[in-house]
Amino acid sequence: MAAESSVSIELKGKEKKGSVSHFMKKNKKNMGSILEKIIENIFFLCACMAILSVVTITVYIFAKGSPAIFKIGIAEFVFGMVWMPTSGVFGIFPMIVASILATLGAVVIGIVVGLFTAIFLAEIAPGWLVRIFRPAIELLAGIPSVVYGFFGLIVIVPLISEYLGGAGNSLLAGIIILAIMILPTIISISETSMRAVPPSYKEGSLALGATHIQTIFKVIVPAAKSGILAGIVLGTGRAIGETMAIILITGNTPLIPTALTDRIRTLTANIALEMGYAHGLHQEALFATGVILFIFIMILNIVLNAIVYKKVNQ
Amino acid sequence: MRKSASFKFIALIFTLIFAVSMLSACGASNENTPDPTTAEPTTAESTPSASTPEPEAKLEGTITIVGSTSVQPLAEALADEFGTANPGVKIDVQGGGSTTGVKAANDGTGDIGNSSRDLKDEEKAWGLTEHVIALDGIAVAVNPSNAVQDLTKDQLIKIFTGEIVNWKEVGGADKEILIVSREAGSGTRGAFEEILKIEDKVKSDALVAEGTGAVMANVASKDNAIGYISLGSMDKTVKGLKIDGVEPTVENIKAKTYIIARPFLMLTKGDLKPEVKAFIDFIMSDKGQETVVSQKFISSK
Repeated sequence: MAAESSVSIELKGKEKKGSVSHFMKKNKKNMGSILEKIIENIFFLCACMAILSVVTITVYIFAKGSPAIFKIGIAEFVFGMVWMPTSGVFGIFPMIVASILATLGAVVIGIVVGLFTAIFLAEIAPGWLVRIFRPAIELLAGIPSVVYGFFGLIVIVPLISEYLGGAGNSLLAGIIILAIMILPTIISISETSMRAVPPSYKEGSLALGATHIQTIFKVIVPAAKSGILAGIVLGTGRAIGETMAIILITGNTPLIPTALTDRIRTLTANIALEMGYAHGLHQEALFATGVILFIFIMILNIVLNAIVYKKVNQ
Repeated sequence: MRKSASFKFIALIFTLIFAVSMLSACGASNENTPDPTTAEPTTAESTPSASTPEPEAKLEGTITIVGSTSVQPLAEALADEFGTANPGVKIDVQGGGSTTGVKAANDGTGDIGNSSRDLKDEEKAWGLTEHVIALDGIAVAVNPSNAVQDLTKDQLIKIFTGEIVNWKEVGGADKEILIVSREAGSGTRGAFEEILKIEDKVKSDALVAEGTGAVMANVASKDNAIGYISLGSMDKTVKGLKIDGVEPTVENIKAKTYIIARPFLMLTKGDLKPEVKAFIDFIMSDKGQETVVSQKFISSK
């Protein structure tokens, strides 16, 4: 599939090379519009690439993963409590619960801290402070997830172990790291959308006698809510899909957590951990785990998009 | 202004063409290098040193190897190396498990049967030739601050199956034992559980670390942890426990006194085809044993 598409792009490329040198000799006025067309086509091809990838991934994951779900049995697979692939027992319910809890925890912390930070940067902080804070937050977005995981392993895990007991590798460690990881997304998108609120809204509110804080929460945040929600959607997507950092700090025990200090294994961690060795039904079960994860992300996107759409149209 | 912009566009197009042709060239060269001499191209860690074909050895034929999935990666690496020197020999390495390997060597469905355990008494009666191609040893690692130096095999089994949960039960501090295990399918985990006969009985709340490095990092940072790692990967950040009073060392594994170890056997029956004999001779040569060591196993010599 990938080879095919790259070949077709190459052909297009060669054609263009010829046409460019050809038109170089012709009048320059014409060249502008031809170039326009060429560039438009390049954009179109790039857009096709994204669509093609989504379709290919979806088809492939479902084709590879669904047979295993039926072989194992939908109920046994989705609601099974035991994951013991070497004995042929495949139950991923503990991992579904773990993924939901870790994402939920991270998003709650991420929304509170992220939104308040965005308000601070957009409305309260003086310019010089913003110039310090914003690059710092952008830097946070650029840190690779394995580095987050390493940081969690050597700093957060021992801290949890010392103050809350247990091994430290835990749901809590996962929530903390995920929350930090999704902060930049939520902050930058929320801040941008709050800055895009017309100044007349704020001036009107202040003129009516509202305090600054009242204005922020009653006028600016509601006016910027579609952007804020978009930030939350992206943040949630990142949290549920995060793998590398999670593998390093959550302990990867496939059991349902009963406390914040319990070890967890998320759906993503399950796939990444065992894919290297798996074969036969075990490998298919990992693809099937991917199917479940995919369905989760689709549901999440649909629900959150519906909320955003509804809020915007109110 | 406009001129420079269109110049930029041209530059952009050329860059794109260049990038795309690079990509497709890479793809094409990958497709055009099928390697008929190796059964498993994915394990092709071919060392260029073995590229000189031996002129006197004009071997031809097919060698079928069946058996232990633990021996399989090593057998594939060895077959790969052998195949570079003897392009006429096709080596087909299959899995199936140790028992399958022993049976295949006996009934002739495979030229060589792989086993990652010693032969059972009834299998010994079949008159197979045993070639010990390598040894595999696993060290039990704890935090260096742990007072426990020595465990019996029985204690070890009880710790990993969850019967013993506190270090004080085996002469250590009053601390809950944290088991660090490996992901399902890992060769080290398979070997450890197989040797102790605790397959799929390891405590379900064990911490699962991805890879030897993660096991070591966890054991090194947690004073109540116990884990297992391949002997070849041990370092000073963790402490290797004595098992039944025996230190985990290469010497003790070769002397068969350290019990968490197993031989990798290649089994043959009767007179060998010339290509099979050449392959076994290659494995037992210094060069073959170098490959054994590079795959993190212990040389059988």
